[in-house]
Amino acid sequence: MGSITLKQVTKSFDDVNVIKPLDLDIRDGEFIVFVGPSGCGKSTLLRMIAGLEDTTSGTIEIDGKEATSVPPAKRGLAMVFQSYALYPHMSVRNNIAFPLKQAKVAPAVIKEKIEKAATMLNLTDYLDRKPGQLSGGQRQRVAIGRAIVRQPSAFLFDEPLLNLDASLRVNMRLEISQLHKSLDTTMIYVTHDQVEAMTMADRIAVFNGGIIEQVGTPLELYRKPVNRFVAGFIGSPKMNFIDVAPKPGDATHSLGVRPEHFKITTEQGLWQGQVGVVEHLGSETFLHVHVDHIGTLTVKADGDCQAVYGDQINLTAEQAKIMHFDKQGMTIPALSWGGESAA
Amino acid sequence: MATTQSRTLAKIMLFPSVSLLLAWMIVPLCMTLYFSFLDYNLLMPGDNEFIGFLNYEFFLTDPAFVESFFNTLLLVGGVLLITLCGGVGLAILLDEAIWGRNYVRMMVLAPFFVMPTVSALVWKNMFMNPVNGLFAHFAQWLGVTPVDFFAELPLLSIIVIVSWQWLPFAALILLTAIQSLDREQLEAADLDGAGPFSKFFYIVLPHLSRAVTAVILIETIFLLSVFAEILVTTSGGPGYASTNITYLIYTQSLLQFDVGGGSAGGIVAVIIANIVAIFLMRLIGKNLEN
Amino acid sequence: MATNSSNKTKVIYTLVAWTISGMIFFPILWTIITSFKTEAEAISASPSLFMFEWTLENYTQVLARSPYFDHFLNSVIISLGASIAGLLVAIPAAWSMAFVQTKRTKGLLMWMLSTKMLPPVGVLIPIYLLFRDVGLLDTRLGLVIVMTLINLPIMVWMLYTYFREIPHEILEAARMDGAGIKEEILTVLLPIALPGIASTLLLNVILAWNEAFWTLILTAAHAAPLTAFIASYSSPEGLFYAKLSAASVMAVVPILILGWFSQKQLVRGLSFGAVK
Repeated sequence: MGSITLKQVTKSFDDVNVIKPLDLDIRDGEFIVFVGPSGCGKSTLLRMIAGLEDTTSGTIEIDGKEATSVPPAKRGLAMVFQSYALYPHMSVRNNIAFPLKQAKVAPAVIKEKIEKAATMLNLTDYLDRKPGQLSGGQRQRVAIGRAIVRQPSAFLFDEPLLNLDASLRVNMRLEISQLHKSLDTTMIYVTHDQVEAMTMADRIAVFNGGIIEQVGTPLELYRKPVNRFVAGFIGSPKMNFIDVAPKPGDATHSLGVRPEHFKITTEQGLWQGQVGVVEHLGSETFLHVHVDHIGTLTVKADGDCQAVYGDQINLTAEQAKIMHFDKQGMTIPALSWGGESAA
Repeated sequence: MATTQSRTLAKIMLFPSVSLLLAWMIVPLCMTLYFSFLDYNLLMPGDNEFIGFLNYEFFLTDPAFVESFFNTLLLVGGVLLITLCGGVGLAILLDEAIWGRNYVRMMVLAPFFVMPTVSALVWKNMFMNPVNGLFAHFAQWLGVTPVDFFAELPLLSIIVIVSWQWLPFAALILLTAIQSLDREQLEAADLDGAGPFSKFFYIVLPHLSRAVTAVILIETIFLLSVFAEILVTTSGGPGYASTNITYLIYTQSLLQFDVGGGSAGGIVAVIIANIVAIFLMRLIGKNLEN
Repeated sequence: MATNSSNKTKVIYTLVAWTISGMIFFPILWTIITSFKTEAEAISASPSLFMFEWTLENYTQVLARSPYFDHFLNSVIISLGASIAGLLVAIPAAWSMAFVQTKRTKGLLMWMLSTKMLPPVGVLIPIYLLFRDVGLLDTRLGLVIVMTLINLPIMVWMLYTYFREIPHEILEAARMDGAGIKEEILTVLLPIALPGIASTLLLNVILAWNEAFWTLILTAAHAAPLTAFIASYSSPEGLFYAKLSAASVMAVVPILILGWFSQKQLVRGLSFGAVK
């Protein structure tokens, strides 16, 4: 069991409202990712759920029970920190055993649980080492092991992969996803990296300035972002925004085109521009195209794209996949991808 | 950033330190303040009547106060100057690749561990004594008349002794600071064509500012109340030539048993220290916190 | 890449460094040497560095003349007692300030430091009178109390700078793992901060060992630590250089050795964390 319900939760430090009134239902067993730029309140909210920060107003329910002012140890949650927060003076074994010892679990049971967790996380050979003797990825696994043995009702991850190098990050991402599948326990995962969010989440909550802009599955957010912020945040490289002159009867203030939805055409297209920097990734090519009066557009092309610096090219995009935003930056669903007109 | 519970806990945990220090500071200070308005002498039992600011008047108009005030400034300033300049020099020297650096560092550090009474006595008798001291022997060997240090240069002699005690402290802290200097900065300066002097003034010295601040702060705290070195060497003399404020108040209160006068002096010392403290706190407030 | 010229500069630097540090160390070396001389040799107009008749006589005489071990014991009890008592009070305070920072934390630290700037003479008379009235004059307990209080701000500061380097997350992890405040401090914080705590203890032992204002004023025969014992040599015994040297060596050497062993840990603490 691990459903968490936030009702009208707020947080303010002095006079600054870090979290504005916010509602969120986290379902039992789901993998939810809080994503947003730094300072958007996602980590603070996680810490409030953990009980490491007070909740200024509103209520937090865990498994239907009011938990707003329950101390962290009694909430039945486990947390994996950005810096791993391993106890440097204890062996891996004792690190993992620590929460069990605090809960006065019998030594024999502790031993068994440690063995099991160690096997699961490939840590068996390292149990008697100190955290300082481990690599970043191993430390990360110890932190996860320490969380697992408590059998918490939910796992909280606070940017756990931030300190790992890129290739290790991809591996750990897979491992954590795999772990979620096998444990089937609620996981709340905070990151500023939208790739992590897209690849791991069942549902994503996009944070910005202390509010949740949108909650949805990765594909919902990709296809039907509610506003320019979400549209720009989800997807890599970022969506291109093109301001347009308002026409009577059309609220469209700007258009949004994802780099992968551009097409390079030989005949006259929607836009014409000069190719700037070309980035060849092998499987694909990113072109930075300068278009007069609009600026630089990022275009994703095939891997064998032949365009070079200085070429004039024509661009077009599938009408159906172009997003339309109004003056406030809200999506105009009827005109955008997934809207009725495109259906 | 924490919860109400941990904040409450934090207050409880702070309580012993804060209350002890408060008691240590406020209670005796109030008593000193109170005594300073009384005609109170331990040798003359009486009704210790209230005499207003008379004690202050006596203390502040006493030529001994003026002299010891300037002595205090000279002592603190002189020792700071010597230890900082010497310390920077030593730190740069010890930072170089030399043979036996550990032993050199141990020798430089040693005077810091010598208690004030010992260093004062050793310097006074075995080095600065005009008849049997090493300096006197050396002067005779050169054919010069030996200097009677404590009669002729009492304050300077004390400054030398105290500087010897504090030089290791300054040197060691500055050395540690120099060692933390990013070598790439110096290499970049080399590439930019900086000579040794510009490197010192534009890179090393600014890098040392935090450490220098720390040295000034800590030394000042201790140097304002230099006492034992004066007690065992000159006893403040000749006349008041080597009396600092701490020593002056000591003689008034515990040698002349003038509690009222000594208390007035104590309050004056507190005020002076506060003025110094305000300057220093500004300095560290800026420099020490990150 | 040791070239000839860089070797030459190394030789020069080494010579300069050894000469200067030798001069700084000389008074201590000279005291040690003198302590093994006869009184006549000690004041000889042509003093010798090594070529003399070594004798232990000064040490036996100093030990016979005064209860050195009593003073030594007083020094140990006062400096160690005050440092341990100080730690017990300072650790919780440093925990609070390092891990539960509020708007007032910085001000509070500054205030604590400012109490260290309070000149001892400002409180000299009341403390003297209070101690006299409650019978703490010339007692070890009295000095332990005074030393604890005068070094408390330094201890809190030092511990604070050490604690601040420990990531909050580790303590938060302990809290999530179900540790109460007692376990958090005893099983997580203290073991991690052990080097810092040890150096705090060391520095304060040294400071208390060498403190010579309150020890000279508040003690007489009974509780006098080594600082006060040595002061009794100021005159006329001070003219007996060999015995003065022997007594000085016995007062200084224990703390000198302790200091040499712990010099690396001392530096950081001494500078209030300003230097790493």
